[in-house]
Parts: sequence; structure tokens; C-alpha cells
Amino acid sequence: MIPDIPVATDPLRRVLVDFVANEVRKVGAERVVLGLSGGVDSGLAAFIAAEALGPQNVLGICMPYRTSSEESLSHAALVVEAIGIETMTVEITAQVDAYFAAFPDASQLRRGNKMARERMTILYDHSARWQALVLGTSNKTELLLGYGTLHGDMASALNPLGDLYKTQVWALAAAMGVPAPIVTKQPSADLWQGQTDEHELGFGYRDVDRLLYLMIDERYESAELEAAGFEKAFIDRVQSMVQGSQFKRRLPVIAKVSTRTIDRDFRYARDWGH
Amino acid sequence: MKGKFALGIAQIDPRLGDVEANLAIYEQTVREAVGRGVDLLVFPELSLTGYFLKDMVSTVALTAEAPALGRLRELSRDVALVAGLVEETPEYRFYNSAILFDAGEIRHVHRKVYPPTYGLFDELRYLARGSRVEAFDSRFGRAAMLLCEDMWHGSTAYIAAMDGALSLLVPSASPIQGLVRGDVPENAAYWQRLNAVTAESYGMFVIHANRVGFEDGIGFWGGSEVVGPSGEVLARAAYYEPDMIVAEISLAAARRKRIAAPMLRDENLDLTINELTRIRGRELAGVVRTLRRQTMAALAESPADERGASGRAKKASPRKRSRTSAAKTAVTNAKGTKQGKTRKPAAKARAARRR
Repeated sequence: MIPDIPVATDPLRRVLVDFVANEVRKVGAERVVLGLSGGVDSGLAAFIAAEALGPQNVLGICMPYRTSSEESLSHAALVVEAIGIETMTVEITAQVDAYFAAFPDASQLRRGNKMARERMTILYDHSARWQALVLGTSNKTELLLGYGTLHGDMASALNPLGDLYKTQVWALAAAMGVPAPIVTKQPSADLWQGQTDEHELGFGYRDVDRLLYLMIDERYESAELEAAGFEKAFIDRVQSMVQGSQFKRRLPVIAKVSTRTIDRDFRYARDWGH
Repeated sequence: MKGKFALGIAQIDPRLGDVEANLAIYEQTVREAVGRGVDLLVFPELSLTGYFLKDMVSTVALTAEAPALGRLRELSRDVALVAGLVEETPEYRFYNSAILFDAGEIRHVHRKVYPPTYGLFDELRYLARGSRVEAFDSRFGRAAMLLCEDMWHGSTAYIAAMDGALSLLVPSASPIQGLVRGDVPENAAYWQRLNAVTAESYGMFVIHANRVGFEDGIGFWGGSEVVGPSGEVLARAAYYEPDMIVAEISLAAARRKRIAAPMLRDENLDLTINELTRIRGRELAGVVRTLRRQTMAALAESPADERGASGRAKKASPRKRSRTSAAKTAVTNAKGTKQGKTRKPAAKARAARRR
């Protein structure tokens, strides 16, 4: 039995809370806005942000589509009640349905991506209205697997969870007091009824996190992963998902023609002057 | 020289690329240190400029005439201080440097000898590499400075100790890495072991001045510490937040430690130099072997008739032979010094070693 990956919840909480406070305030902002899905990632991100900036400086927006589950909304409400952050609900059904009226044959994938991008535009609109930064909630597992929508839920100004695997998110969420029903339920993107992450991915988060931790953090080669007890087919599948989604973790490629090209030989920290 | 002094560490959160803002932090911190009776105040690595500078290096670099250096000189009239900054030389080279200012003067400059360039570090892309680790005399006894990664090379603290340092001042910018188990990141736990073992190994004070704050999401863990010559932590700053710690350094503690455990006195510098010379010889011999292999391969590739028929080739061949035999001699000499693997009689090997 391969053990779960380690997680040190107390210092992680400290560092992630400091991270949000520091990176938000040093660019002259005080507030963040995030999408509240009712899931554990956005729940934990909201808890961290409320502790960092004060609940009055955190706006959690629920953006249900007509097929979104009632449970998602009620779980989002649990988060809002627990920490007292600002909240609002913005339905996305009208604009999504209006768009797909012109493309009635669109696949579920296209519809899911469109919804994720609708939600992104709403978050960025309210970030401008409220002088707030958009807080990302993608975890390391989904970022590595490419299990997210480019320019949709993957878009943000800062992300406290991007270096935490899903099982670490669960552990930290439990430690910080995110309500239990949110931590223990089956994760779902809730893009259509009955969808669950683990069913769609074809493997469990606990298994893939153990594999990713050894593959990425501990730099195990394929043969070493097999020796550690993972099936070759599983290793190959995950490796190809990580490789195939590399583009989602990078800025668009720029054709280099000048002597100094952005991000090639024009290199500055994002925190330049902050 | 003071046998006792108050050593302060200014664990600050500098602003990336903003020397003016960081000078203001230095000035405020110095005021606080003066109030707390500090004699020598150590600031973290690159704390006057920020750490992940990338293309900003040349913008924030200070030449010998830079007004900012004048302000640091002035500050050092109130308290001696070690500043971390980018130094620009007249040849337009940029160094990650720690500078000791005391009583209005620059007393010592250490240029980082091991700028890390792996993982999240990219220093050699932007900075030149220093080439000296040397101790220096000061009001606070003989001391040496290292910068962050320098300390992770065991040879540097050894050199400083052999050069007579009683205190090792180590400004650093150590990022949070491996926050997975325990209360501190894995690299912080290693730093603490390293500081303690170094201090106790050489019977000296180790002063590790780390920074805090975030740059592009990369946090610095702080936890600066003053470690005494028996490896004991005399003072340790808070983790993850700005802090100032003050510890009394009494050089008598180093004296007592060195009497009780005189390893440094017994240290055989000749042994080290001879063995390092032997090892360098082996590495040079490796280069000679490679050159020889390449020469032989080149000879084998050129057609035999060309070698025999052409006058030019004939002329050239004695030179080639002599080069080859010179290489052979060098290899044999080096091999002769290699213990255990030598095919020469032992007496001959000893003779070779004496050379």
C-alpha cells in the first residue's frame, strides 16, 4: 500500500494566508473575488482569503447554470455562512443558452468550456467593479492533468492552491474548518447532471495524487514508478495527460523576430517594482 | 577589538527592484537596532534590491560612486552593518555581494562564489561569480562572510575557519521549499542542521540572516539565527514575518570551545592542500587522456597511404608522436599518484607523489 502524500496543515495555512495578503496588498489592492462552486477547492480558497484579507474583502460569486445541482448552491451557502464573506448569485443560463441556440449540436465539452468561460468573464467584470483581484482555485492535480478550462476556471490573478494536490486540499480544508459535507463529497465540475471528476478521469484522486507526487515532486522515472507499485498503463496515461496539457500551463507561444522577445530574453518578475 | 558585542539580524521584507524603498527600510531598521544597543547589524542577501531580479540586475546595481552606498556609509556611523546588494564593477560586471560598512567606511566585500543556477534559481544567468572566500579583521574579531548557497558548499566554511574566522556571517534569501512535513520547510530544517554542525565543527559563531516576504508567489521563510560555537541557538527569529533578533556574542565562548575540542588546531592544512592537488592532478590527467584518445582517433582516421606518401604528413608525424608521448608521461605520472590502482612499484609511486 503506497501511503498518502504528506501534508503539513499548520505551516501551509500560515504561508498560504500570508501569500494572499502579501500578493494582493503589494499591488495596491485590498480585495479578491472568486467563483463559489460549492466544492472544496473554492471553499478552501475562500477560507484562506477571508483569513488573509478579512471576510468583508472577499466576494464569492455563485454562477449556476440551469442544470447545476441544488446541492452546489447550498454548499456554497455553507461556506458563506461559516466565514461571513460577501456573496452574490449571477445566473449564466440565459447567455449560455442564447449562444448555443445558434449551435444546437455542440458537445458537452464545448458547453462545459463555454460555461467556465462565461463565469470567468463575470469574475473579471466584478473584479473591475470592486477593485478586486480574481482569486484562482485550481489545484495542482487538475493543473497537471489539464483538467480545467483554459481561460475559464484556470484564469486568475493569483492562486493559493496551485501547488497543493487534491488530497492535500482535502486535508487543509478539514484542518481549516471548511464544512464537512463539502470536504467529504465526491468532487464534481457540475457542468452536467451526475458528473463526477473521478468517473470522468477514470481514476481516483488518492491514487493519481500518490503517482503525481512521486513523478513530479520526487522525480521518479517510469521504471521506478512501476517498482513502487503503479500499473504501467496508469503511469503512461497520467504521463501523457501531463505532457498533453503542457500548453495550458504556458503563455501563448510568440514568434521570435526581435532581439528581445517577451519571456525569452525580456525577463522580469511579475512583481516587478512591488 | 571587542570581545563581546551585540549582534543583530534584520529579518526584513524588501521590495523587489526598489532600492529607494529598501534604503528606507534599512534606515528605519538601523534606528530600531540603535535603540536596542546593537553593535553589528546583518541584513539578508540582496535585501537592498530584492532577490528574483532577472533583467532588473543592471538597473538596481550600485557602482562605487552610487549615492546609495554613501547613505549606507552614513548609516554605519550609527551601527556597523552588513548590506546585501548588487555590485557593479568598472568592467560592468555584476556581483551578488555582501558588504560590511563600519564607521563610515567599507571594511569588506564578499562576492557570492556559488550563485545557484538550478531549480528555481537562475543567478548565473544574470550575475558574475566571485572568486574569493577570505576572513578579515574587524572590531568584532576576525570574521568571514558567505552568501546563502556558498554555505551549502562545505569547502567555504572550512576555508573561512582556516583563515581564522571566529564568526561566519551568512546573509541569505532562502525560499520556502518542501513544506510537506513538520513545522518548517525541508530546506529550513537542513539550514538549521548545517548552521549548528558548521558552528560546532569549527568552534565559531554562525550568523544566518534570512529574509521574509514573497516574490512572484515564492515565499522566504525567515527563521534567522545566531548559533554559538557549540552549535547552540543563541537567538532565532520568527518564521515567515519580519523580525529583529539580538544576541550577545562573547568570543570567550569560542575560546572555551576550541580548548575543549581543538580540532581546528589539529587540522592539517598541508594534508588538505596535497590531497586536493592530487585530486586536481587526476582531473587534469583525465583531460590529457581525452585529448590523447582524440589524437589517436584522428590518426587512425587519416588514410595510411596519405601518411606514408605525403611529405607533409611525414614531417608532421614526429610532432604527433612527441605530443602523444608527452601525454603518456603525464598520464603515467598522474596514475603513479593514484593509490591502489597503480601498476608501478610502491617506491616509484611515493617518488611521484613527492613531486
